[in-house]
Amino acid sequence: MELIKKYPKLFQWLFLLIVFFALCFAIDVPETYKFIRGQAEFIKDPNQSTYVLFGKEVRYYAFDVFWRLPPLLGWLPIWINDSLFFLMNEWMPMEFWNEDTQEFKTRPLLLQISRNLTYFMTFLIELIREILIGGKNTVVAFTSWEWISENPWAELPGLPWTIVAAGAAILGYKLSGKGLALFAGLVMIYISIFGQWKPSMQTLSFILIAAPLSFIFGLGLGIAAFKSKRVEKALYPIILVMQTMPQYAVLVPAMVLFGVGDHAAVIITMVVAIPPMILLTLLGLRAIPPEVIEAGKMSGCNNWQLMFKVLIPTARRDILIGVNQVIMVCFSMAVISAFIAAKGLGYNLLLALNRLDIGLALEAGLCISLIAILLDKMSLAWANKQIDYFGNLTFFQRHKNTYFFGFAVILGIIFAYFGSFYFKEGYNYLFEVPHNKGISTADFWNKGVDWIFDAFFIYIKAFNTWLIVEVLQPMRALYLRMPAVATLVLVVGAGYIIGGIRSALVVCGLTLFIALSPWWDRALVTTYMATFGVIISCIIGFTVGTLCFQNKHSASFMLAVCDIFQTFPSFVYLIPVMMLFGITDTSVLIAVIVYATIPATRYTIEGLRSVPAALHDAATMSGVTKFQRLFKIEFPLAFPHMMLGLNQTIVFALFMVIIGAFIGTEDLGQYILKALSDKKGAGIGLTLGFCVAFIGLIFDNLIRTWVNQRKKHLGIS
Amino acid sequence: MSEPVIKCESVYKIFGENSKKMLEEANGNVDAKTFQENGCIVGVNNASFEVSKGEMLVVMGLSGSGKSTLLRCISRLTDATGGKIFIEGQDLLQLNNKELIDLRRNKMGMVFQSFALLPHKTVVENIAFPLQIKGIKTEDSISKAMDMVKLVGLDGRENYFPRELSGGQQQRVGIARSLAVEPDIWFLDEPFSALDPLIRKEMQDEFLRLQEKLQKTIMFITHDFDEALKLADRIAIMKDGIIEQLDTPANIVLNPATEYVRKFTEEVPREKVLLIEDVMEAATSDNLSDLKVSKDEIIENVAEKILTQEKTVAVIDNNNQIVGSINPSKIINTVFGGRKNSN
Repeated sequence: MELIKKYPKLFQWLFLLIVFFALCFAIDVPETYKFIRGQAEFIKDPNQSTYVLFGKEVRYYAFDVFWRLPPLLGWLPIWINDSLFFLMNEWMPMEFWNEDTQEFKTRPLLLQISRNLTYFMTFLIELIREILIGGKNTVVAFTSWEWISENPWAELPGLPWTIVAAGAAILGYKLSGKGLALFAGLVMIYISIFGQWKPSMQTLSFILIAAPLSFIFGLGLGIAAFKSKRVEKALYPIILVMQTMPQYAVLVPAMVLFGVGDHAAVIITMVVAIPPMILLTLLGLRAIPPEVIEAGKMSGCNNWQLMFKVLIPTARRDILIGVNQVIMVCFSMAVISAFIAAKGLGYNLLLALNRLDIGLALEAGLCISLIAILLDKMSLAWANKQIDYFGNLTFFQRHKNTYFFGFAVILGIIFAYFGSFYFKEGYNYLFEVPHNKGISTADFWNKGVDWIFDAFFIYIKAFNTWLIVEVLQPMRALYLRMPAVATLVLVVGAGYIIGGIRSALVVCGLTLFIALSPWWDRALVTTYMATFGVIISCIIGFTVGTLCFQNKHSASFMLAVCDIFQTFPSFVYLIPVMMLFGITDTSVLIAVIVYATIPATRYTIEGLRSVPAALHDAATMSGVTKFQRLFKIEFPLAFPHMMLGLNQTIVFALFMVIIGAFIGTEDLGQYILKALSDKKGAGIGLTLGFCVAFIGLIFDNLIRTWVNQRKKHLGIS
Repeated sequence: MSEPVIKCESVYKIFGENSKKMLEEANGNVDAKTFQENGCIVGVNNASFEVSKGEMLVVMGLSGSGKSTLLRCISRLTDATGGKIFIEGQDLLQLNNKELIDLRRNKMGMVFQSFALLPHKTVVENIAFPLQIKGIKTEDSISKAMDMVKLVGLDGRENYFPRELSGGQQQRVGIARSLAVEPDIWFLDEPFSALDPLIRKEMQDEFLRLQEKLQKTIMFITHDFDEALKLADRIAIMKDGIIEQLDTPANIVLNPATEYVRKFTEEVPREKVLLIEDVMEAATSDNLSDLKVSKDEIIENVAEKILTQEKTVAVIDNNNQIVGSINPSKIINTVFGGRKNSN
């Protein structure tokens, strides 16, 4: 009894596990149950039962309710679909003036809004795009197609790549100095001579619209949430779900609302990029010391000045992380939105991967990563920029960058003009290196891949087979063997032990949603893949992080590496693994592990770093060895922060598992991908998205609750 | 004397819901305990006082005594729950937002305990900040700020960031910033509390030098009684939101109004606080020594001279007129006399 009193939590866990396993063994697998692969669930099966809800027929397998809960939520996707359809096509019809036909036309409100938004976004993207690579859509927007065919001179010619490269370098110099200028120039030159100019500029124009819009809206909503508790309460659940929602899943309903193309991609990107921006803005504003706010007020700031001259600059660090996230998400989405026909590098990447042309995919992926890193560095430099009041500069010195750019424009035009005489075969390389006419390393990479396959095929194959047969299949079987009721008991019990009745109710609701949806089995497969990835990632991340922490320089170096890796669009991770392991689950899992190791490592280092120096010294003076200090002092204190890292690792892993559907998995992601090409996929896609988000949120809730308690207990908050 | 610059009439600040209603019901008789039982915390309880032009009022109290809250009521960083506050005759609580901002831009300056500098601005930018907020051109504000940098002795560091400065230097920036708009009223909220003792003394001297030059109307908050004695024209001692005593340093030391105040005064070296004027007796014409001392001298500075005299010493004012006399025994009595009995 005393033992129970001493470790009450331990015994609660023990009891929970006993109940869980008892349930697992007590509930048999029903004879009719089989894990359904592929399309089977869409085909009518005589074994299926049906029920009718809201006039919709929902089909499901009538299993023992203890084994799998009946899919009572099966009507949800259909209902979502119908609601969307109703909203778009029937809700609030209104009279709108039609420019083309010069008459009023009746159209549903939402459809009209969507049309206008589409028109506006398309115009913005085309404008930037045509400044960079030329075109006629912008001019047409102000005139007409007839006019442009009569006056072909008015077509925007686009900037020669030399000018854009010079402009990027000058901008880099102005923002940070020679280093960034060199990097910017080299990136642009690389893109150009490797023949990726056009798709790169298409992607860039997409980013240049999506990122600033996301930043502005995120900042605005963050400020609104800071000022009003009510706004915050309304936004918080949306933010929470959006943070764990896989990006594929958002694509589907957006397709219904906005159709396909660059404009839809921008809107989706905003939907995904705004929540983290809001969160970080709010976080930064909350952390401002009250005296700074008072100092601002006493300096005579009005509300506007207080916000933009005092609060936001003071919260700059967190807001910058937000900008960083926005850029990251934008590039990630730049690739993924290729699924809804956004042009650019992502589209080429997708095409190349589909054809298994690893070389081409690698080139596109490298370009997109380079641009991502460049923009990330530039945004950082921009925020850290200082004004020099005492330079006592002449007018010329003050505006020298503008002059240099003007000079570069003239020079670039002259070069391009002469180039048109020099290159006779129709391609003016000084104006634009056409796609696939630049230097290509694709063959080299493809040969490399072939060589790797030839040389190591046996080993890779053997490793692959071993992993799948010995580890993955049994693990998956174990997950699928869990009766739904047992899983529910385990999750809810864990919630109760960690966070009391409130936590238990929250996770119970989230789990029930997944259990009552028709995709419980798929969710289990997703969870198993994510779990596997997370375990390996944590082992690697915690080890690497701890080792790097031992030395100041290696820790900083590792954090910098994490920064760079994090800037890569998530899709890019699929390229090298496909190169090595082909189209198997192993590929997906390796990508998951690489991607999810980033937060695991980062948070380990940051957590260990946050241990106060005084404690470090106190421990040393107590005569501990290095290992004792690590295990008795540093780990326990850093553990809460490391657990937040685990949280991030789970979210990253889930994202990658879903993206891995592109390679071919059998989990929720595969169904989301299918929904993308399904005419009535919006409801299914969204519901599946919620399922994935809820898996993430269950862990998020448990970990966060635990961390907060632990931090309070340790007195570090 | 002309109109007081700051005038408070029974100012109350009570935190918590329904505080306004409860204050009305209490009818001017606020008891902290009853309020606390109803979920309200009394910050300032019936504070009434005036500060005249060029005067330095030091509000002294331990943490939680409501001194900072009182200051925030007067600068209207929080709204007082009850009572009236007049700044140069203007009713502060009646000002609308625009008028309040105007008042702060032109009349008020404030220094904070934790310095509250903007981390993203350099020293000179921080100091120029209130000027730029007012809409003064960048060049003018920067050149004015540079004057301020020189005034507080930070020349050569104007392009440093706050994080690159020591605590004392950061507070100099804070002081310079609060003075940049040339305010008439200067609020200082425990400006030297976060500094270490040597720097604190240096800053106090610096502060006195500045005040000599600028002659601002000052409200100075501190929890350090010695600091209050050193700087103040008058001291207000606060406890639990109530002003226990408001008087000149000498009177507080000589005649503490309450037991609470007396505890503070017990350990005070009187010869360092009291002036000759505070302890002198009526002028007598007979049997005076040749020595004459000014009534504004601190006892410590002239004690030795007086004690070497056998006869009574004459006390003179600025015009060399004899205004009183002091006997060496009185000095001994003041410095060494039984403290408890002498009151």
